[in-house]
Amino acid sequence: MPTTLILACGALAREVLALIELNGWQHMELRCLPAELHLHPERIPDAVEAAVRAARGAYSRIFVAYADCGTGGRLADRCKTLGVEMIAGPHCYSFFEGNEAFAARGEVTSFYLTDFLARQFDAFVWKPMGLDNHPELRDLYFGNYEKLVYLAQTEDAGLTKAAREAAERLGLEFERRFTGYGDLQAAIRAYKV
Amino acid sequence: MSDEEEDDLILDELDDGELVLQMHDDLYDGMADEIAEGVNILLKRGWTPYDILTKALVEGMRIVGIDFRDGILFVPEVLLAAGAMKRGMEILKPLLVETGAPQLGKMVIGTVKGDIHDIGKNLVAMMMEGAGFEIIDLGINNPVEDYIGALKREKADILGMSALLTTTMPYMKTVIDTLKEQGIRDEYIVLVGGAPLNEEFGKSIGADAYCRDAAVAVETAKEFMARKHNQG
Ligand code: B12
Repeated sequence: MPTTLILACGALAREVLALIELNGWQHMELRCLPAELHLHPERIPDAVEAAVRAARGAYSRIFVAYADCGTGGRLADRCKTLGVEMIAGPHCYSFFEGNEAFAARGEVTSFYLTDFLARQFDAFVWKPMGLDNHPELRDLYFGNYEKLVYLAQTEDAGLTKAAREAAERLGLEFERRFTGYGDLQAAIRAYKV
Repeated sequence: MSDEEEDDLILDELDDGELVLQMHDDLYDGMADEIAEGVNILLKRGWTPYDILTKALVEGMRIVGIDFRDGILFVPEVLLAAGAMKRGMEILKPLLVETGAPQLGKMVIGTVKGDIHDIGKNLVAMMMEGAGFEIIDLGINNPVEDYIGALKREKADILGMSALLTTTMPYMKTVIDTLKEQGIRDEYIVLVGGAPLNEEFGKSIGADAYCRDAAVAVETAKEFMARKHNQG
C-alpha cells in the first residue's frame, strides 16, 4: 500500500516515475497536475492546495514536486500553510542542473529544454506561443536569445535530435548538457527518510 | 482585387462611432493593416492625433488588457494586438509632436539584470507613451548603473522596472537601495511590475507602487505626477 503521495507537475511525471522505479520506493505513488499550469503560474497555488486537500485522507504524507515555478514565493507560502514540503529552487531547469550549479552559471541568454519539453516542444512552446500560426513573432520572443540548451535527464538519442531540431526552428545555437535528475532525486530521497 | 481594398471600402463607410468600435475589434484581432487604415481615415475626417490615439488605440488595448488578465487571451494575441497598435502609433507619433499633445512626464523603463523577458515591459512602455509620457526604454538585462545613468542623464521623473523571474525580482531592491545610498531615491517615482510580483513585494523593497498591468501603470503614473506637481 502506498503511503506517500508525490503530487507533481505534469512535466515531471516520467522523471518521478523513473526515480520511484530506480530507487525501489514502493510506498510512493504519483499524482500529477496538468503541465499547462506552468504557463499560468498564478493558478498553481490554488491547484496544489485543492489536490493536497483532496488526497489528504488517503495518504499519510504528501510531497509537492514543484519548485517555485514563477509563483513569486506564493507556492512556498501555501505549502507552509498546508504543512507539506516542496522542492527548493526557482524552476525545474534549475533543480535538474542542481540549484547551486545553475545559479553559479549565471546564464542569461539561453533558452532551456528538458526531456519533457524536448518531447513536447510543439505542445508546450511552439503552439502556446502562437508560432504555428504566426512565425513572424519569433523575433519578439527569441530575438534576445543566443542558445538553446537541452538539459538532458536521460541518454536518449531521439530526444537529443528533437531538441536539436527545436533549436534550428528557433534559429538558436544548440548545446546539450546531461544533468540526470539533479536535485529532484535528492529532494525526494531526503523526504523519504 | 485584394481583401485589403474590400476592407478599405467598408471601413470608410462606417460613421465615426462605428469605425472606432471596429478599430477596437481589429486591434483585438491583431490586424495591423486595418488599424493603419482606420487611423488614416480618422485623420482625413479631421480627428486630432491625440483623440485617435486615446479613443481608438489606447482604449482598444485596454480591452485587450482586461481579457488577458481574465485569461481569455494569451501572450500571442497580446503581442499581435500590440503590433497593430504600434503600426497605428507610428503614423500618429510625428503628428502628436506637431499638434502639441500633452506631455505628462519622462519614464526610464527596463527589465532587470539576469532577465530577458520583455513583452510586458514593452506593453507598459507603449501604453505609457500612448498616455503622453516620454519613454526611455533601456531594454533587457539592466544592471543598476544603467538605470541610474539614464535617470540622471534624461532628468527622468519615473523609474519603471520589470522582472518575470523569481530569481531576478530581488534585483529591484538593489537598484532602489543604490538610489537611497546616493541620496536620490526621492527624486524619482519608482514603479515595479511583472507577473510574479505583488503589492506586498513592491512595498517591502521600497518602490512607490507595484502595478498589476499596463492600464494600472498609466493611472498610477498619472496620479503620482499630479501629486508631485502639487507639492512642487
Ligand atoms: C512569454 C514567456 C517567455 C518568452 C519570453 C519572450 C520575451 N521576449 O519576453 C520565452 C518563451 C522566450 C521565455 C523564456 C524563459 N522563461 Co518565460 N515565460 C513567459 C510567460 C509564459 C509569459 C510572460 C509574458 O510575456 N506575459 C505577457 C505580458 C503582457 O504580461 P507580463 O509580463 O506579466 O506584464 C504585464 C504585467 O506584469 C505588468 N508589468 C510587467 N512589467 C512591468 C514593469 C513596470 C514598470 C510596470 C509598472 C508593470 C509591468 O504589465 C504588463 C502588461 O500588462 C511566463 C508565464 C506567465 N504566465 O507569466 C513565463 C515565465 C515567466 N518564464 C519562466 C521561465 C523559467 C523562463 C525560462 C528560464 C524558460 C526556459 N525554458 O529557458 C526562459 C528565461 C530566460 C531569461 N534569462 O530570461 C517562468 C519563471 C519561473 C520562475 N521561477 O521565475 C515562467 C513563470 C513560466 C514557468 N512557470 O516556467 N518565457
